[in-house]
Amino acid sequence: MPLAELAIKHGLRPSAERPAVFAYLRSLWQRRHFILAFATARNIAMYTEAKLGQLWQILTPLLNAGVYYLIFGLLLKLNRGVPNYLDFVICGVFVFNFTQRSFITTSTVVTENLHLIRALRFPRAALPLGYVMIELEQMMLSLLVLFAILLFTGEGITWYWLLAVPVLLMQTLFNIGCGLASARLGSNVNDFSQLLPFLMRTWLYVSGVLFQISTLDINHRLVSILQLNPAAIYITLMRQALLVTQRQSQPGAEPYNEHKCAIWQSKKSPLDWSAYCHPVTSEFHYWIYGIAWAALALVVGFWFFWRAEAHYGRG
Amino acid sequence: MAAAEPMVVVDDLHVVYRVYGRGGDRGTAATALLRIIGRKTRRSIREVHAIRGVSFVAYRGDAVGVIGRNGSGKSTLLRAVAGLLPPEQGNVYSAGQAALLGVNAAMLEDLTGERNVVICCLAMGMTKKEIKEKFQSIVDFSGVGKFIDLSMKTYSTGMGSRLRFAIAASKEQDILLVDEALATGDAEFRVRSHARIEELRNSAGTVFLVAHNLEEVELTCNRIIWMEQGKIVDQGTNVIEIVDAYIAASGGAPVERDPVTGRRVHARVPAKT
Repeated sequence: MPLAELAIKHGLRPSAERPAVFAYLRSLWQRRHFILAFATARNIAMYTEAKLGQLWQILTPLLNAGVYYLIFGLLLKLNRGVPNYLDFVICGVFVFNFTQRSFITTSTVVTENLHLIRALRFPRAALPLGYVMIELEQMMLSLLVLFAILLFTGEGITWYWLLAVPVLLMQTLFNIGCGLASARLGSNVNDFSQLLPFLMRTWLYVSGVLFQISTLDINHRLVSILQLNPAAIYITLMRQALLVTQRQSQPGAEPYNEHKCAIWQSKKSPLDWSAYCHPVTSEFHYWIYGIAWAALALVVGFWFFWRAEAHYGRG
Repeated sequence: MAAAEPMVVVDDLHVVYRVYGRGGDRGTAATALLRIIGRKTRRSIREVHAIRGVSFVAYRGDAVGVIGRNGSGKSTLLRAVAGLLPPEQGNVYSAGQAALLGVNAAMLEDLTGERNVVICCLAMGMTKKEIKEKFQSIVDFSGVGKFIDLSMKTYSTGMGSRLRFAIAASKEQDILLVDEALATGDAEFRVRSHARIEELRNSAGTVFLVAHNLEEVELTCNRIIWMEQGKIVDQGTNVIEIVDAYIAASGGAPVERDPVTGRRVHARVPAKT
């Protein structure tokens, strides 16, 4: 009897077979404790050599904020009409950093954990997920730092702060999708992790981390495109949730304006102006785009990672 | 042995590694630039055909020894059986979960042994409750003792591999693949691990054992595969004959054996307890 027939007759399955999507999701859910334990463990291992230990999780965002403010706020005086520029920049940097770090750390997740992959059988998506969880924890600590800075610099606590929760949720889902894609790209294209920092820096500069996109003196359509990119969406939403000065300086804070509404409806103006058409402060478009980006990244990223499931052990 | 029920079927398996080596190219930025300008593909991507058409069947309750020289494809074969390397051609079929236990299956070195036990058990799909129940027996089995709450960096090679073996063997695996993991243990640990392998075999699993210590293979295995350059030279249940043929082929002195039992006259590995 041919061997393949023998195997099938006894109900044996190909070893390197990729599980179906739903079975894969189920086994991933079963490993949820593993994902958390792995994330915690890596977090501990990361700071085990440093004398200040876990304190670096707070110090890193503080130093980051300080550096950007020193250069762009004090030396270059770039705060073109942005009220409370310090908080504006720090909020942008923290939100962007979350996505950036998720991208960069996951790009090496397969090569870093090849030992584990070659030794134990588990859904590989658990590893990039664990890495994004670490970044989420770091982001939450950064937000605590940010809250302290906000109170210190005269922005008050408001109910709007609660909007930070859904923003963070959307961004996390978006980052998971990106992290999964990045993990697969980093696992077989050796040049990917070299290129990534440059891509990220470009992304940082076009996402309005350091300036208001709507004040750019360029083509309106290009401004809209920049405003629609996922990083800019999440940054804007977070700023509007946390900063009174941002909410008040947004077009939506101004009363209904027929003239500006007409310009927006003729599709020749920046996205922000949609708010002139209705008298609400919060800009609905941003939320829709935020959800859409998260869903798109999650589906595409997961599918892309899952396709190569059987191949990660090759290294 | 009960009615022969196949657990692993390997059908004309080929495995190819693609290596980004530096064959012929000095690997400087200048040569890389010239290559891009000249639109030459990178010559240095080399294909290593590690397994070239291997077929065999392993049954429930088997302990299969895989012997052969370094680089003959033994470890690659185990990885393919575990489903960790995709076959280039042919296929590997297995019944149930396979766990691979290798010498360099390093865990998270910066962390304590305790944390490593928990994480690896979680990765294998155990629940927190199961881990709580098994934790003490894993630690006891590994013989790591009070080192369990120290970072694994402080472990000796032997301690590390003992802990790894203890973890992998803690779960009832359908198929356990042991790659030289017993080589670093001391005599006492070997006795214990032999006993554990025997237990796993009896609880209706299949064990694969790669080892350079032929005496260990003779004692543990009831079936043997002799590999050379990615191909099978000989395989079967006549373990002693194949081992002797392998020793003769590699130019070693023949082993003195008891004519009735086939056991070695000057045994170095302690007998099973």
